[in-house]
Parts: sequence; C-alpha cells; structure tokens
Amino acid sequence: MGTRGHLLEPIVDRGGAAQPLLTVQGLTKHFPVRGGLFTQRKTVRAVDDVSFVVHKGETVGIVGESGCGKSTTARLLMHLIDRDLGDILYDGMAVGADLSLRELRRGMQMVFQDSYASLNPRLTLEDSIAFGPKVHGLADRPARVLARELLDKVGLRPEVFAGRYPHEISGGQRQRVNIARALALSPRLVILDEAVSALDKSVEAQVLNLLAELKREFGLTYIFISHDLDVVRYISDRVLVMYLGEVVELGPVERLWETPAHPYTRALLAAMPSMDPDRRTESAPLAGDPPNPIDPPAACRFHTRCPFAEPICGTVAPRLATLGADGHQVACHLSTPGSGHSRAPSELARKG
Amino acid sequence: MSSVVGEITPQPAATEIATGARGYWSTVARRLSRDPVSVICAVILAAILASAIFAPWLGLADPYQGSMIRRLRVVGTPHYPLGTDELGRDMLARLIYGGRLSLLTGILPVCLAFITGTSLGIVAGYAGGKINTAVMRTIDVFYAFPSVLLAIAISGALGAGIVNSIVSLTIVFIPQITRVAESVTIAVRNRDFIDAARASGAGPLTIMRVHVLGNVLGPIFVYATGLVSVSMILASGLSFLGLGTRPPEPEWGLMLNTLRTAIYANPVVAALPGAMIFAVSICFNLLSDGLRSAMNIRD
Repeated sequence: MGTRGHLLEPIVDRGGAAQPLLTVQGLTKHFPVRGGLFTQRKTVRAVDDVSFVVHKGETVGIVGESGCGKSTTARLLMHLIDRDLGDILYDGMAVGADLSLRELRRGMQMVFQDSYASLNPRLTLEDSIAFGPKVHGLADRPARVLARELLDKVGLRPEVFAGRYPHEISGGQRQRVNIARALALSPRLVILDEAVSALDKSVEAQVLNLLAELKREFGLTYIFISHDLDVVRYISDRVLVMYLGEVVELGPVERLWETPAHPYTRALLAAMPSMDPDRRTESAPLAGDPPNPIDPPAACRFHTRCPFAEPICGTVAPRLATLGADGHQVACHLSTPGSGHSRAPSELARKG
Repeated sequence: MSSVVGEITPQPAATEIATGARGYWSTVARRLSRDPVSVICAVILAAILASAIFAPWLGLADPYQGSMIRRLRVVGTPHYPLGTDELGRDMLARLIYGGRLSLLTGILPVCLAFITGTSLGIVAGYAGGKINTAVMRTIDVFYAFPSVLLAIAISGALGAGIVNSIVSLTIVFIPQITRVAESVTIAVRNRDFIDAARASGAGPLTIMRVHVLGNVLGPIFVYATGLVSVSMILASGLSFLGLGTRPPEPEWGLMLNTLRTAIYANPVVAALPGAMIFAVSICFNLLSDGLRSAMNIRD
C-alpha cells in the first residue's frame, strides 16, 4: 500500500476479510409511470429482487443490455435514489442504523459514464476534487494539497491541470479527474458506471490500467458496470448478468465465459464479434429488442426471446440456483433439476 | 484476455497541454469586448451613469431655478444648449440630474428582484416537489397580472413616492426572475455533477451554493439586464401618472408628463426626456443581447 499522504482516513474495516464489503438483499425499485386520465398507473420494474455480495478486494462486473437496470442498481447502491425494498449492508452495517449516509458516502464512491456532465463546468479541476474532502471537514489548504496529489496519482501533472476547467481537457483526462474525485474521500468501494464506455479504445485501455494500479495501491474494491464484455472480462473477478431488472446468472468470470448456463448469457457472449476470422460469429444471437420493462413478461422474463422456451417458462419463475462450488448461480429451468423443463437435468443424474 | 488492453504501456496523457487556463467570466468579458455594439452601448451607459452621479460637479445650472421670461427656449439657445422647460428651467441640467432618479428606479428594483428571485427560483428548482409547487403557484398569482397594471395597483395601494414605486417594481419583477431561475436550476439539477456532489455527502445548501449558483447566474443575469429598460419605462410611467416622483424633482418620466403641454409649442424639447429613456433602454437591451451571445460558449 502506497503512501496515503494527505488523504482522509478511510473508514475502518470492521468485519475482517471474510465479511463481504457489500451485501445486497432483495433490492427492488419500481418507477411509477404517469398514465393518462383514464388509464391505470403503471410501473417500470427497473430493478426487481436483486441480491448479490461483493467481497473485499474483488471486482464485480455487472453486464446486460441497455435499460436492464444496471445504472439504476448503481444509483440505488449509492443511495442517490431511494429503494422500494431490500437491504444494503456495507461491511455488515445497515445504512441509517449502524452507518450514517454521510459516512457511507466516504466508504463508497462512484464514477459516472459522462465525464463531461459529471464535472461542474464552473469549477477548476482542483476545486472539483477538493469539494468532497471539504464537505467532510478538511480545511481549504489541505484539501487543495490532497487534490493535487490525487491529480498526480491519476497521471495528470498538478502544475498543469489544477487550475484548468473541464472543457479545456480531453475526455480521457476528464475521466481521470472523475476517478481522482471519487478517490478523494478514501473510499473502499468504487462503483464504475460505464466509466470507460465513452472513451476511445486506446484511452480506455490507459484508464483501465490506471484503475488496476489504483486498486492495488489503495486496496480498493470495484463494482464495474459495462455493456462491453471484453472490458468486463479483463477487469472483473466475478460477473453478474442482468436482464430486465433481474439477475439471471452470476459467477467467476472464467467460468461464465467457458460454460455459460443461461441462454441469455450464451446469446450475449455469442454476440461478441469474433477476433478470429476463421471462427466468425455465424448464428444470429438474439432477435428483437428487450421487452418493455413497464410490462415485463410473466415468470421467466427471457422466455419471449429464448430459443429453448417451453410452457413452464411462462408460468413458473426460475430462482437463482447454485451450479457449482465456485459460486456459479443461474436462474433458468434448463439447469434446474426437476424444474419440469424437458431439457432439465434429471434429479437422479445430478445426485449420481 | 490481456490481448485487448494488456500490452499498452502507460502513456504521457499528462503532457498534452491545453492553452491558457481561463475562468468562465473572464472569457465572457473578453468575448463581450470584441462586440462593437456592446462596447458602444456600455460606453453610452457609463457616460450617462457617470454624469448623473457627478452632476453637482459638472458646473451645470440649478435644475430647480425657473424663470417666467425664458420659458420653452428652443434647443441651441445661448447658455441653454438644450433649451428650457415650461417653467424656464435649464433642460440640460434637468436631464442630467433626472438621470439620478431614473437610473435608480431602473436599476435598483431589478437588483433587488434579482437577489430575491434567484434565491427563490434556485430553492424551488432544486427542492422540487411540494416546495416547488408552493413557490411557483404563488408566483403564478402575481404573474397573472400584466406588469404595468400590477405596478400601478401596488404603487397605488402603497401611496405615491419614490420608495414605494421601487418596492412595487421589485414585486413586479420577482416572479419573472424566479421563473427563469427555476427553469435553469431544473436543467442544471439533472446533470451528473449534482449527483456526484450528493454522492460526496454534501447537503442541499452547500450544493446550491457551490454547484448550482455558478451555473445558473449567467442566464438569469442576461434576463435581468433586459429588465432594466422595462423597469425604467414602468418607473417613468408611474411618475407620469403621479405615483412615483413628485414635482419639482427632475425625473425623465415626470418631465415627459409635465412637458406634454408644450408638445405643440416646442416639440423637440418636449421629446428630450423620452429620448433619454429610449436611449438608455435600448442600450441595456443591446447590451443584454451581446451578453447573451458572449455567454453562449460551448463549455
């Protein structure tokens, strides 16, 4: 661990290494959609009963199509929007009861996708980074020293960049500033919401390497949200696949890439352009757009687009079930013994 | 999998140097100074303002000293470069002294309304929900009246006098400025940097002060600059109706009123106060247009 210099002290590790840094249980958010005068009020089921844990020091990737609830999940975790249901435990502490929202904000920070919109255009880069520490009681002078140190840490020379404004620098440089801003409060968990998606490929690689370096130096834990599967595979230890607000599969990244269990995960992986011209992607992965989350399909939400769908899929919702000892879980009748799906493994075969 | 990203070595992202760090307002000032119309208007306004402030030291005739034998002299009469009014008072002196009250009633109500309206609008726009409804619907009640009518009504209710006319004009402008402030605040509130500020644990007051104010001040300021001319015309109108300044105080609106009897005898002199109101109004309007385009930086 490098020198922390003027950084704020991070909140203490209470539970030790075995305690998950973040435990999410049954997280649910429905947005009401205003109907017409005579039509019924409807709700968008943006995030529906999502549960997962994030262990200390790992990187959890969250993947899925646009509109599947990835960003809503990030905002719910940050408490930027209020959840309808569910529990979020930070290092075993419930926010509100054991840990104040203000303290949580020091322990958990976020980097947004739009590097420009997430910086105040009227503040210098130094002021933007120093804002958080000042809110948490650091005086102006040390906050500025800290901001300059962090600029240096993210690879921007403070003497050149401290006094600049966001419109004067490039997208990659802005995202570095956003990372520095997130680190200014010494968080232990950083949520990266499509943080590199808007960058050029070469700049993206630089920022990813920077993230890996910072993770080592500060002992960080990442939640990495992206639609870019290559990037998620590169940076993540475990991956969570979301479809229409629900978790359909989760597991260690290599396991998921080698033996994807959910038809949706398979389709996502098949949709990746092949790097090898001799092994082109030939079959059309998935037809059509995802269904409207205002009125999601009953039971298994994927059954309308699933090549293996059977009547059971439209009537009984599959639950997340464990597939192996490495924590690979999937919510699909295909892999659940005795689910009633014709291709499901028989219970006997499983036991034997 | 490092084939995609692994091999790229850390690079000199930091050595790319943008030219000349500048603050937002200094950029606006520089752009404004390149617009000839804005510069001319600013110079005219500065000259009128300076002459009004320093009127007693300009060696002018007494603006209150009349004479029955030299009434309504034409423009260009020796010793009376701009003629005399219906009571024989020097027009040049009265126009310059008149600028004091006229500019005061033009600028002060807008300044007061700018402070109040901006605060109300930012709070309503940032808070949203019930606070927004309460503030904005109250504002709408005032907004429902035409501004001239509202100014006359409030002035009439408070009684004639310069202070009351300033108060009534302030009340007229608060709803308009609040509306503008509220709508720009809502636009700013939805940007990610507000969420980032909330995520750093800052309270609403700190966020409004540090992150909202600086981003909404520009558009509100442009709008308020345009209101100065409206305020001057309304103030002149109130004086004209006898609700603002009282004779024998020199004030452009009041002078226009008393000189209207001389419109056939000496039309040029009778029109002079109106010309002053017109000149100042149009300068403020053009300046606000210039400011608007100078602020229109893709930032």
